[in-house]
Amino acid sequence: MSQPDSSQSPPDRRPLIALAWVWVGAPLAYGLYELVQKATQLFTK
Amino acid sequence: MSPPVAPPGWSRWLVPPAALSVHLSIGQAYAWSVFKPPLESALGLSGTQSALPFQLGIVMLGLSAAFGGTLVERNGPRWAMTVALICFSSGFLLSALGAATEQYWLIVLGYGFVGGIGLGIGYISPVSTLIKWFPDRPGMATGIAIMGFGGGALIASPWSAQMLESFGSDSSGIALAFLVHGLSYAVFMLLGVLLVRVPRSEKPVESAPSAFDGPQVSARNAVRTPQFWCLWIVLCMNVTAGIGILEKAAPMITDFFKETSTPVSVSAAAGFVALLSAANMAGRIGWSSTSDLIGRKNIYRVYLGVGAVMYGLIALFGDSSKPLFILCALVILSFYGGGFATIPAYLKDLFGAYQVGAIHGRLLTAWSTAGVLGPLIVNWIADRQEDAGKSGADLYGLSFMIMIGLLAVGFVANELVRPVSARHHIPAPREAADVTARQQSESA
Repeated sequence: MSQPDSSQSPPDRRPLIALAWVWVGAPLAYGLYELVQKATQLFTK
Repeated sequence: MSPPVAPPGWSRWLVPPAALSVHLSIGQAYAWSVFKPPLESALGLSGTQSALPFQLGIVMLGLSAAFGGTLVERNGPRWAMTVALICFSSGFLLSALGAATEQYWLIVLGYGFVGGIGLGIGYISPVSTLIKWFPDRPGMATGIAIMGFGGGALIASPWSAQMLESFGSDSSGIALAFLVHGLSYAVFMLLGVLLVRVPRSEKPVESAPSAFDGPQVSARNAVRTPQFWCLWIVLCMNVTAGIGILEKAAPMITDFFKETSTPVSVSAAAGFVALLSAANMAGRIGWSSTSDLIGRKNIYRVYLGVGAVMYGLIALFGDSSKPLFILCALVILSFYGGGFATIPAYLKDLFGAYQVGAIHGRLLTAWSTAGVLGPLIVNWIADRQEDAGKSGADLYGLSFMIMIGLLAVGFVANELVRPVSARHHIPAPREAADVTARQQSESA
């Protein structure tokens, strides 16, 4: 069985991290936008 | 299913989004009220009947978190997230079938029973894993996830409403909305299932302490300690106080200023409710992260002590100043959210990371109790006061005094929390606790 090459550096995870945070951040941003729209009614109506 | 061990170079910053994908989904439960009016008119239900799926869902959340916690610890976060995904999504699919065939019992069974199991298992699924990845900032890590539960309703509420508007509010429109919910949440939660990993070693960050430093207590032993029951009282009292405001927020602000020169309109009251949701969410991440700096006991002193002062200010001066009323209510709601989000880190401090997820699950029975207690106190007293001919702010004065008393009980319980006696510690914490390290050595 071949041994893993210890000199090989682990893959760059930054694109995956960015994708994961956008995945959860986008709907949350939508929810917050709707919330702000509604909350402003307290001061305007 | 064995816990998925992180490959070399795996970033711990991939775990919070994994947790969020689950919590943002199951947080939809708090937006159930969107479905109530269409269900009532389409299936001829009363308000009490249309609340049944939500109520059963919350009961199942408490039960499955309490009884499924040990399974979650044993099988790992991916198993738990998979179970949560299957139960939560199939709950919606069963509800879609129920709405399409106009069989309401299927909606109760689907959303309430099956979906409720998904809520409970999903809620506790990432807690233990986050604490192991972030031993240096457990409050912040669990705060992010539990903030997601608050955020779930913010997303679902407008989204579900728009969907019902597009599909129609008759039974086939509701069925289609349930179907889309079930499928969308399945895809969204899949990110959590695919991304979640347990750390390779008990020290995922070299510069940080291990989550297994200090005494480790099993879930079975934890429930036998006075510390567990003190925290149970702390959580129950803090949640009861928050629900006391949250449950009747819109009628409360309207009643408070009804007889003043600045009455509150219906849409302004809805804005107030939205602002409370924002405070609830901000408190979850903000206060929980602060607890990493000032300590868990101190932050609960703030939640319970300052919370009681806020209730006192509302009771004494609330009807004379709208900004004061709003400010105090926002602070109370931020403490409500903070109390939820900080409790896993408090449990970790006392009982260690060994079975913190299972212990957290058992503690959530305090939430179920508070969910009954808080609305009961405020609604029952307001009704009695109304019968006695009172109106406006007078409807709530007695409830607020009771809330202050409950917060004082919680404050005392927090003061009684001491380190857990050594007789409850597991004999060989490191060997028994470090599941991931053991797995590594087995697979090497």
